[in-house]
Amino acid sequence: MRLPAHEISGLRASSITRLPAIRQAYPDAFRRLNAGRLAMGALCLCGLALFLFGIARLEIAPRRLLTGSGQLLHFLTLMWPPLPPSGAQAIGILKALGETLAIAFLGTLGAAVIAFPLGLLAARNTTMNQALRFLTRRGLDGIRAIDALIWALIWVSVVGLGPFAGVLAILTSDIGTFGKLFSEAIEAADRKAQEGIIAAGGDDISRVGFGVLPQVLPVLAGQVLYLFESNVRSSSIIGIVGAGGIGLHLAEMIRTLEWPSVAFIVVLMLLVVTAIDALSTRLRAAIADNATA
Amino acid sequence: MSLALPSLPASRLAALNAAYAEARRASRHRLVLAAVLVFGLALASGWMADVDLGMLWSRGGQFFDYFGRLLRLESGPRAGAWVWTDPTEWFWGLGHWLTLLGDTVLMAYVGTLVGAAAGFALALMAAANLVASGPLRWLAKRMLEVCRTVPDIVFALVFVIAFGLGPLPGVLALAIHSAGALGKQAVEIIENIDRHPVEGCLAAGASWLPTIRFGVLPQVLPGLLAYGLLRFEVNVRSAAVLGFVGAGGIGQELIEAIRKFYYNDVAALLVLIMLTVSLIDIVTSQLRHRLQDAELR
Repeated sequence: MRLPAHEISGLRASSITRLPAIRQAYPDAFRRLNAGRLAMGALCLCGLALFLFGIARLEIAPRRLLTGSGQLLHFLTLMWPPLPPSGAQAIGILKALGETLAIAFLGTLGAAVIAFPLGLLAARNTTMNQALRFLTRRGLDGIRAIDALIWALIWVSVVGLGPFAGVLAILTSDIGTFGKLFSEAIEAADRKAQEGIIAAGGDDISRVGFGVLPQVLPVLAGQVLYLFESNVRSSSIIGIVGAGGIGLHLAEMIRTLEWPSVAFIVVLMLLVVTAIDALSTRLRAAIADNATA
Repeated sequence: MSLALPSLPASRLAALNAAYAEARRASRHRLVLAAVLVFGLALASGWMADVDLGMLWSRGGQFFDYFGRLLRLESGPRAGAWVWTDPTEWFWGLGHWLTLLGDTVLMAYVGTLVGAAAGFALALMAAANLVASGPLRWLAKRMLEVCRTVPDIVFALVFVIAFGLGPLPGVLALAIHSAGALGKQAVEIIENIDRHPVEGCLAAGASWLPTIRFGVLPQVLPGLLAYGLLRFEVNVRSAAVLGFVGAGGIGQELIEAIRKFYYNDVAALLVLIMLTVSLIDIVTSQLRHRLQDAELR
């Protein structure tokens, strides 16, 4: 809708005549520097100061950036075309890729199995005891604060180098994540089914078994699949500290400057991650459909 | 008062019962099939990953022993006692470690900030409702994808060779990975904005930059800030391990302590990392809740 020209000019004239009155009524909105803007400006300045301090403290000098970028560009040109290393090493890489998937699968599965009872303990509506719930939650938080790579290092010093340490690392670090996700899903369960079971004379165990679990199991399955995707990424890097999988080969190729092989491994990793993502997205959609149907 | 519900005639009941049993059997069938599949995959994976439950059984004690040794003082007058009985001996390097932790958090901060800026710039080029050019959008989207899918520690490995040891390659690795992750989220936010302010800006004759500043930025900033805070928390966790490949921060100290079996140092560093991460977690989630409240008001 377009107003005729004379009406627009009329509107404009009337608002201009009212301007002093409006200015008087809302002086704060017309001031260039009001309290909100000042606070925002101060916050931005603090953030900027911290940023500059960081640049100075972490020795981020333009000169270093420039020479490094030149190097990086040089590496990039060397990476093209991505080529697999010859013969036996190529087979080793494929085997390592299988190992990576195996680590992610077993780690996720084991963590889900162990975290399920912990999730029940940590959820407000299914826990047995408030003190136990608090302890479980703090324990899960503690596990989660430690990165999978650190767990991998610790497990390597217990069971030695190899993919088994990787499985245990993914498993340990995922117990924390799953415990938290599971307990949140359980706490979000609808109360009506549980009330129905209590009203029909069921005890606490049947309330959880028939009122909570059927609702949350599909949600939990979706979360397990989702974390499997993310674990494929994690398990492809824990090899850097010697815990099996393709990361070991990648780190080796980078350190020996075999750039075409590095590019090949990275592309392979990207392809596998994308494929797993697509597969798991479809599976999750199927589970969600099944649960609502 | 008793109330008897009339039962269906036997012939119709039988048909319904049969259909119900059939449905139950089919679902049980699917469940068994899925269980067999998962079990088979687990066995195959176990074979692939050299899982040795026997070893875990025989060395499982060693695992707990490892944690036991972490928590027993190794030297000093109270050697053999629990670590917390002598905190000054346990945290002997506290000053040095706190500096390293500060550097780690600083790395995450600078990396997140640079990554957010770069991610936002790329997102502006990748958003379907702002950019008409197909090829430009495709290019920006692919760049974001590569930045996001390659793990930050892989970038760090390469950057350490290009830029030399130290926090610089770590910051860059965090920045690039964050740019990918935040950029994707920014694209999603930008593609869901209200068109009217943008149209208003364009109608008033604004060029590209003022349109972004007054039509887009006010709408997307709260969401971006929330995602940025989350990413900062994730980056603190990652920054703690980038030192494993020589890219600065506390990781360098930790990997040395683990490799050289300085048990008490490992325990102290793990405790410090846990505390720092939890603290950052609490602060950022408080900030995010405030942000949400401010947005609702």
